[in-house]
Amino acid sequence: MSNNLQLVWLVPLLPFLGFLITGLGRNSLSKGATGLVGCGSILLSFVISILLFLSVNAGHTGVVNGFDFISYDKVSIPFSFQVDQLSSLFLLIITGVGFLIHVYSTSYMHGEESPHYARYFSYLNLFVFSMLLLVLGSNYLVMFIGWEGVGLCSYLLIGFWFKNNAYNYAARKAFVMNRIGDLAFLIALFWIISKAGSLNYAAVFSHASAFTQKDLTIITLLLFVGATGKSAQIPLYTWLPDAMAGPTPVSALIHAATMVTAGIYMIARSNLLYTMAPATQWVIAITGLATVILAATIALKQNDIKKVLAYSTVSQLGYMFLALGAGAYTGAVFHVMTHAFFKALLFLGAGSVIHAMHNEQDIRFMGGLKKYMPVTHITFLLGCLAIAGIPPFSGFFSKDEILVGAYAFHPVLYYIGVAGAFMTAFYMFRLYATTFQGAFRGTHEQEHHLHESPAPITVPLIVLAILSTIAGFAGIPALFAEGAHALAHFLEPIFAPSERVHPAHELSHQTEWMLLAGSLVVAVAGAAIAYIRYSKTPDLKEAEGVGKVLENKWYVDELYDNTVVRPLNALGRFSNSVVERLGIDWIVNGVGKTVQYGSRQLRFLQSGQVGNYILLMVVGILLFFAIELFFKK
Amino acid sequence: MPVNYYIFVAIALFCIGITGVLTRRNAIIIFMCIEIMLNAVNLLLVAFSKMHYASHLITPGAGGANGTDGQLFVFFIMVVAAAEVSVGLAIIVMLYRNTHSTDVNFLNRLKN
Repeated sequence: MSNNLQLVWLVPLLPFLGFLITGLGRNSLSKGATGLVGCGSILLSFVISILLFLSVNAGHTGVVNGFDFISYDKVSIPFSFQVDQLSSLFLLIITGVGFLIHVYSTSYMHGEESPHYARYFSYLNLFVFSMLLLVLGSNYLVMFIGWEGVGLCSYLLIGFWFKNNAYNYAARKAFVMNRIGDLAFLIALFWIISKAGSLNYAAVFSHASAFTQKDLTIITLLLFVGATGKSAQIPLYTWLPDAMAGPTPVSALIHAATMVTAGIYMIARSNLLYTMAPATQWVIAITGLATVILAATIALKQNDIKKVLAYSTVSQLGYMFLALGAGAYTGAVFHVMTHAFFKALLFLGAGSVIHAMHNEQDIRFMGGLKKYMPVTHITFLLGCLAIAGIPPFSGFFSKDEILVGAYAFHPVLYYIGVAGAFMTAFYMFRLYATTFQGAFRGTHEQEHHLHESPAPITVPLIVLAILSTIAGFAGIPALFAEGAHALAHFLEPIFAPSERVHPAHELSHQTEWMLLAGSLVVAVAGAAIAYIRYSKTPDLKEAEGVGKVLENKWYVDELYDNTVVRPLNALGRFSNSVVERLGIDWIVNGVGKTVQYGSRQLRFLQSGQVGNYILLMVVGILLFFAIELFFKK
Repeated sequence: MPVNYYIFVAIALFCIGITGVLTRRNAIIIFMCIEIMLNAVNLLLVAFSKMHYASHLITPGAGGANGTDGQLFVFFIMVVAAAEVSVGLAIIVMLYRNTHSTDVNFLNRLKN
């Protein structure tokens, strides 16, 4: 079985080959061939991931060494892959959900011209490749390569329709926001090297107890800032809703399988460092919770189907960070998994709706779609149930685990988290009811064209719907059946060091029942209220008062615009018009002009008249005499 | 006779020479003026040499010179000046052959 671990090289290599083939051959490949290469490479990757997962499950983990990447002084950074429980689980999520999204894309993007179609698939493959690299690396540097790679690919894909300038701005915003986080991440890496002398996970974690508390706090905080950029947390979350500019499957890919889970993965991977830095844990928990509430309130009033989902992603990521901060690492990874399924499902469902509605994204002009799109309707409903946390759908189990973990950390976190859960259920069912229930509110032409999407779109939806429904059973809480939490059991080796440092609080079963009931009642109430409120009479009015503030996203974008972007722009203009034109240009041109002017004047000295030269000579001699006589003491 | 008179005469000669060099355009006259300046210097050298010798006689041991160094220099200058005159006159002859004039203002071919 141990030979299987060597196969890990193929996992990222195949998508990379797919990227090269579709990217280089974009002008000659037909759409069918492109789709085949694009999907096939991910499918093969997925199959190998399953093999790896099975061998990991059988207890074969390890580091697969490649080559010496950087070797300097005493620091040696190999290019090697780590195959263990955490990375193999992420491999499955990335390649599995990624494959479904690729299949979906073959139909969704079919309207594009052939070269752009191939370009799209090459970016998509590169995206998956980068994410696999991020997850597989056995040291922080390889992770950083993937980390940068997903940032680049998100830029390329968000700005895929580059003829629209607004999309380009959105892509640029995503890139810049990510860069801010990346800088912190990079500083953290240097910090780790300087203190621990290595970037390998094994070496860093075994060195963990030798770090000073100050170093640990700084490193973990810097890594967390990196994670806020990639995983869209306050204060760097604003790029994610704007990332909706990309094609819908890309949104699904970014939000579900790749990119945003990078930050979660990184912290889960470094769990030991975080457990040993309680100050950082509090920062993470509070940031996560604040993001949950902020994003959920914004989502309440959004009218763009994708925007609602985008803010719900931000909010769900907040839950994951809450779990990480509270030390409930298994809960966070569990939620990553379930979220990958139901968020991919919801985005792909939204894509199906948008496709049918001819690029209409405003839910106020939808309504009653359940009649026309039965498959999309049912799967979307399942997704909503899952994200709202209604049992027995997957979101219920993972969210409950997070909330219980938060309660064990500090009860207040639980109460605020439950408020977020209420809002989650509310806005998801507002979205569902407004889109699929009631009467159709679009134009006649749109109504005429309404149709169910073709099989490449519906099949991934159905697969994801099944997964969203049953994935929760991987983590049945001990409350229902002792030892039934398969995921916790599976991930135990990863989080065991943290467990030793800081054992989890054991809550009494009574308390757990209470917590469970609390979150359940709230979720059902939220869903029911929203369903009753919006299924017949959707909210079409322009929002006023608080609603208007929410609709405008708390004016956070405007705030950033006014506090950061505009001053920076003004500084740029000032540098251009004053420093550059009047300062630097003036000096440079001034030097040139002075030399020119001076030489023009000096030229007159060279008159060619012997008399002049002699006169100058005499004057010079007289000058020397004068100096000799009057100035020299 | 005080040395001052010699100095005044020498200065006068030197200034005449300089003025001539600066103001005249005829190469031969400039040449003559240079000779005048040289001779002004010669005169000074002889005068200082004599003065030096006299002061040596009054306070023996004040200097090691015996009063002939300066005069020796004058002879050297005369010899060198003679050589220089021959070269300079040759140049002027060539100048005249080429430009049919001894005006130095024509000698600006190197300009531009």
